[in-house]
Amino acid sequence: MTKHIFRQIDALKQQILDVGTLVEESISRAISALINRDSALAQRIIGDDDVIDHMEVEVEEECLKILALYQPVAADLRFVVAALKINNDLERMGDLAKNIAKRAVWLGKRDPIDLPIDFRQMAMQVQNMVKQSLDAFVTASPAIARQVRAEDDEVDECRSRIRDQIMKLIELRPERTEYLLKLNSVSKHLERLADMATNVAEDVIYMVEGEIVRHRSNDE
Amino acid sequence: MSTTLATPPQAAATAVQDRDARLLAISRGESIPTETHPSIANQAPVVEVENFNLWYGQKQALYNISMLIPKHKVTALIGPSGCGKSTLLRSVNRLNDLLSTVRIEGNMRLNGDPIYHTSVDVIELRKRMGMVFQKPNPFPMSIYENVVYALRIDGERNRAVLDEVCERSLRGAALWDEVKDRLKESALGMSGGQQQRLCIARAIAAEPEVLLLDEPCSALDPIATGKIEDLIQELRGSYSVLIVTHNMQQASRTSDFTAFMYLGRLIEYGPTQDIFTKPLLNETEDYVTGRFG
Repeated sequence: MTKHIFRQIDALKQQILDVGTLVEESISRAISALINRDSALAQRIIGDDDVIDHMEVEVEEECLKILALYQPVAADLRFVVAALKINNDLERMGDLAKNIAKRAVWLGKRDPIDLPIDFRQMAMQVQNMVKQSLDAFVTASPAIARQVRAEDDEVDECRSRIRDQIMKLIELRPERTEYLLKLNSVSKHLERLADMATNVAEDVIYMVEGEIVRHRSNDE
Repeated sequence: MSTTLATPPQAAATAVQDRDARLLAISRGESIPTETHPSIANQAPVVEVENFNLWYGQKQALYNISMLIPKHKVTALIGPSGCGKSTLLRSVNRLNDLLSTVRIEGNMRLNGDPIYHTSVDVIELRKRMGMVFQKPNPFPMSIYENVVYALRIDGERNRAVLDEVCERSLRGAALWDEVKDRLKESALGMSGGQQQRLCIARAIAAEPEVLLLDEPCSALDPIATGKIEDLIQELRGSYSVLIVTHNMQQASRTSDFTAFMYLGRLIEYGPTQDIFTKPLLNETEDYVTGRFG
């Protein structure tokens, strides 16, 4: 029986990686669609989210099956619990990528405006955090996970700078308020993606060390 | 793909080194220090074990065991076959004395009183403890007489006292409702699960200071096992229980504290929740997850 559980856990790990890869791609394509004003690409991302949703349900069923049939303990239990939570976060990340894609479709149909705002840096950092959080999961590395947690503060600062800039621009160009508010929501979605990557990182720390580090700083 | 999913490469290297050092010490016949979780020290002990060693002839079966068994809690001893958990349990009420080849070193205390001392009356000592074995062993007499046996041999004649103890013990063992109308019938006519609960009732009738259970469910079906496990939950708080079990789920379901033994050594001892979610040592982790043992 014990060999079965190891096989099931390996298979579960692979499933999480498959979802993670799709989500990473989805985020990257959504950002690309936004920057390049590529509505067709954005539409494809919106459609592809169903695949991620479907996979999320499959992973959850697999976790429940392992819990019910094998009653895992210690590292195995922590792994399955972390997998359940990471799975949920990945699905939410997929939704956020879809939301960015929806904004990209809307923005792509309107005249662009010259902005002093550069999303690229924030987008790159968020993508990097998502990638690192998945790397931390694959290699079971709390060190990488802690790095992701530290980066979340930088993204939060970036988001608040962008919001201030957008508010000033709305005062200057009130006729483009709706456009600017859509941009604001893109930055909010990016910031939420960073939060989700941080959640994944925190789950990895729990999985490896057995400590729940949510609501605590890296130094504690 | 590796099945040791949750250990980072660097930490794994150090842990394996420690484990290798411990296993090497064991293979040289040395004792090793127990990883005792700090919260154990806050518990009031019913039994204290100090540097306890035991030999069967030339073969050493227990190596320098030190642990305190908390009062009014359930403590489980787990470990692979032959690790010494039953030997340790039987040492608490000196059942091993009955074997002529056994030699011991070290101390044990029951509520502060020495267990191994020339002045100790072993019969009196055993009266302070209850023991339940793997296979139910009701005496060939009525259910009632089984329960009050200890009081009878102690000279108790008062019918009202015996009746009261019988009912209280059978209720305590969750058996009263099933047998109250046939107390005079032979205990041998009961089912295996009922017989085992009767043995527990008999053990608690004398109000023991510690209850020793040696794999009490291994001969029972899942329903009877469930009843005994419920009973152990009920006993918590009123009785101090030390249970040996092969069934790790049983240890995790029923006990407050778990001690993991391996090759005669007490490897790790801590709150059950920690042993089964985040044990401190790799050996414990490997054993509870089924990777070794």
